[in-house]
Amino acid sequence: MDYHNFLRFEFYSLPVNVGLARVTVAAFAAQLNYTVSELDDIKGAVSEAVSNAIIHGYQGAPDQLVRVTAVVRGDELEIVVEDGGKGIGNLAEALRPGYTSGVERLGLGFSFIRSLMDTLDVQTVPGRGTKVLMTKRAGLPGGHAHAN
Amino acid sequence: MLTVDHRGNTLIARLSGELDLQVADELRTRLDRALDERVTANLVFNLEAVSFVDSSCFGVILGRYKRISGGSGEMVFVSTPPGVRRVLELSGLLRIGREYATEEEALAEMG
Repeated sequence: MDYHNFLRFEFYSLPVNVGLARVTVAAFAAQLNYTVSELDDIKGAVSEAVSNAIIHGYQGAPDQLVRVTAVVRGDELEIVVEDGGKGIGNLAEALRPGYTSGVERLGLGFSFIRSLMDTLDVQTVPGRGTKVLMTKRAGLPGGHAHAN
Repeated sequence: MLTVDHRGNTLIARLSGELDLQVADELRTRLDRALDERVTANLVFNLEAVSFVDSSCFGVILGRYKRISGGSGEMVFVSTPPGVRRVLELSGLLRIGREYATEEEALAEMG
């Protein structure tokens, strides 16, 4: 049977918690056979998704909950970042590279996440919240490992 | 997070640490203050001491470039650590600003 592990944590929608979230997920991910640069990719993806939840989902409100779930199934890590915020009105447009939201950031970070992870799925309900699901397999031959 | 150095009409911004949403506002304010202080044509971002950066702070960098680019200024990056280069490439900022190994090299090239 495949190895399974599960982590879930919730925190207030404060910018100070973005770093906490990415470091926590990366520490959890380190049980898989990721290269250092792949762990950096995971940190980047978590950072983008959690920042989106705070800035766009909750519009900067500091006392709302962001939930992060990380699941290990075999050699794959799935990360889910959820907020109960305003949702994304036009998801297709938001997923386009180069989309900018008015806030001085590079788009919504989705094109970043897509490059850093193997898969990305975004589910959103306007007024109800957004769920960002992403996966990355460890130990892929031909991955962009730099340590070998 | 940031120290700045003016060399003629070039602003050298030496960034450090984890550059994410938590520091984005302060980084923007401090860079704008440095740009307000003196007429600046070019921007050099030294990334040597940066351990993490995401699109929150890439947005700040792009925004400062837009401030100087009206005057046909140039933005360059120097001393990019290996762990930062990948996201710097993904950000698209390398299509706007060239990369140099050192500040001296960048300053010499920009004249």
